[in-house]
Amino acid sequence: MYRALWRIRSFETQVQRLAAGGEVPGFPHLSIGQEAVAVGVCEHLTRKDVLFTSHRGHGHTLAKGSDMRAVFAEIIGRDSGLCRGRGGSMHLVDVANGMLGATGVVGGNLPLAAGAAWAAQVASASTGDSTISVVFFGDGATGAGVLHETLNLAALWKLPLLFVCENNGYAEFTSREEHSNVRQASAFATPYGIPAITVDGNDLLTVHTAAGNAIAQVRGGSGPYFLECMTHRMAGHFVGDAQHYRSKEQRDALKEKCPIERLQRHLIAHGLAESELEAIAEEARQEVLQAAAHARADPRPDPATVMDFVYSAACLAGEPEALS
Amino acid sequence: MSQTFIEILRRALDEELERDPAVHLLGEDVAVGGAFGVTTGLAGKYGAQRVRNTPISEAAITGLAAGAALCGLRPVLEIMFIDFATLAMDCLVNQCAKYRYMSGGQLAVPMVIRTQAGAAGGAAAQHSQSLEAWFVHVPGLVVVAPASPAEAYGLLKSAIRLGDPVLFIEHKRLYTQREDLSAPTELPRIGNARLARAGTDVTLIAWSAMVHSALEAAGELKNAHGISVEVIDLRTLVPLDMATIATSVTKTHRVVIAHEAVRNGGVGAEVAARIGTELFDELDAPVVRVGCPFSPIPFAPELEKALLPGAADIVQAVRNLSA
Repeated sequence: MYRALWRIRSFETQVQRLAAGGEVPGFPHLSIGQEAVAVGVCEHLTRKDVLFTSHRGHGHTLAKGSDMRAVFAEIIGRDSGLCRGRGGSMHLVDVANGMLGATGVVGGNLPLAAGAAWAAQVASASTGDSTISVVFFGDGATGAGVLHETLNLAALWKLPLLFVCENNGYAEFTSREEHSNVRQASAFATPYGIPAITVDGNDLLTVHTAAGNAIAQVRGGSGPYFLECMTHRMAGHFVGDAQHYRSKEQRDALKEKCPIERLQRHLIAHGLAESELEAIAEEARQEVLQAAAHARADPRPDPATVMDFVYSAACLAGEPEALS
Repeated sequence: MSQTFIEILRRALDEELERDPAVHLLGEDVAVGGAFGVTTGLAGKYGAQRVRNTPISEAAITGLAAGAALCGLRPVLEIMFIDFATLAMDCLVNQCAKYRYMSGGQLAVPMVIRTQAGAAGGAAAQHSQSLEAWFVHVPGLVVVAPASPAEAYGLLKSAIRLGDPVLFIEHKRLYTQREDLSAPTELPRIGNARLARAGTDVTLIAWSAMVHSALEAAGELKNAHGISVEVIDLRTLVPLDMATIATSVTKTHRVVIAHEAVRNGGVGAEVAARIGTELFDELDAPVVRVGCPFSPIPFAPELEKALLPGAADIVQAVRNLSA
């Protein structure tokens, strides 16, 4: 899991570097500082479990097991990208790996994840499968009405759905204090009768344990669960955000809370050699550099294919169907 | 044996539920028949799991249906009035319409959003709108607007079997119409218009309930004025069947487009622009639109009647064009 944290950190750092050089179109949103949530939750998921994430979803996608080169290629708009360069940073999809989508609209992923959970519930009636659906969203989404609608539906239908709120204290550039009187997002789950817990999202082992409990419950058929992870966005809202809304001291203080350094201190205290950990980190960095190099060398999409994937072939050219 | 529009919709849904276990109905009150009784009896036959009531949460239930469609179900969602689709716009426009594209073809959203539109009986400004143009403007959505019970039967079944998100617009004035549907043969292709009446002098393009006003106008124009009008029922607004339009315009060289929605920014504007661009050499006169004036739908019956376009407006438009 230490390696998984570093894979995400190095990946995001590399995206940031390339974005600064103008190689990343659009607005990549980095998850530097929030890696422990992605890793702690996704460690418990199978490939069949489905995942929906937010606009800040690179880490979740990697933690779920998507191919790093294909993720990178998508983020820099290559034809070899997960979505053939049609989606980009905010719309990663990797069906083979159960990553059913990121969304650029805050809260837009919530009911989709509920729908996937409903489909899993329908399927489980005949197959006995215990596939679950997981949705990551930020505390900013608690201001969206659709969260509340989805909580109600998920509880009512006992859907196998894990809500993971990454509470990083900011809705884009506005602090939690300025956008809601409700400090803990998990409080919203209570009136619907959804079990909820708030944990330190920068402590990987805590997240891992809490997510394990939550997922076991959801998989067991008891309905949805709300896991709130208190975390910190060490980078800006998007690459290029000057972060005028918080001071340099505030930002420096976040480094103390870095989930990687915290795990590192823990592991060293338990007898692991620093050099051993550095070797793991270096391996992750090299993997990222290679994936990025390969992705950068990949061909760009052919402009002649720009109209592909708008409609099904049947819709564009189908013939009348015989009545069955 | 003749059946009403509502009964025929129910029959189509019943047959699709029977045919494909992936088909699920959901929406507000659908387990007890829905606001108009379209789904009456289906929950009893297929169980409350396949014909599911939902809370009044348009954003969440549309997203729920879409998410289920991503994972292999074939949901048919009822949004009681198209006016309420406003509450589901993120999902319809940003999610459903774009999923196939954004995922590079990995995923699709094969779902039908059945909704009911149009003005009748004093339903007033928030229950009477014809909002099809909003959805026609969004790549990835299919928009279907049947004009009769038999048309609705085939188009609904085709829509359910299609792999794309389909907005299926039912006009409330059509719900009590009856038609005999004893021997349907094949399902219509989504994207094919229908020649509702053959003619030689003017092409009259309409959809949904306005097709009936168009046919009434065509009858009067023939009988009272000797003008032969060809009526095209578009049936699906996206994809748009320009080939059928072109065949007709090449013959008549004059076009009137009639719809109940406001003229401003309406689908008629798009069709007129395409005819003007693609068939300019065929035209003997500018393309004319008949539609609602730019006003909300009023409540009082006299006001409602005063605002809504009908056969008389179409007759006038055609006569002006033919003068």
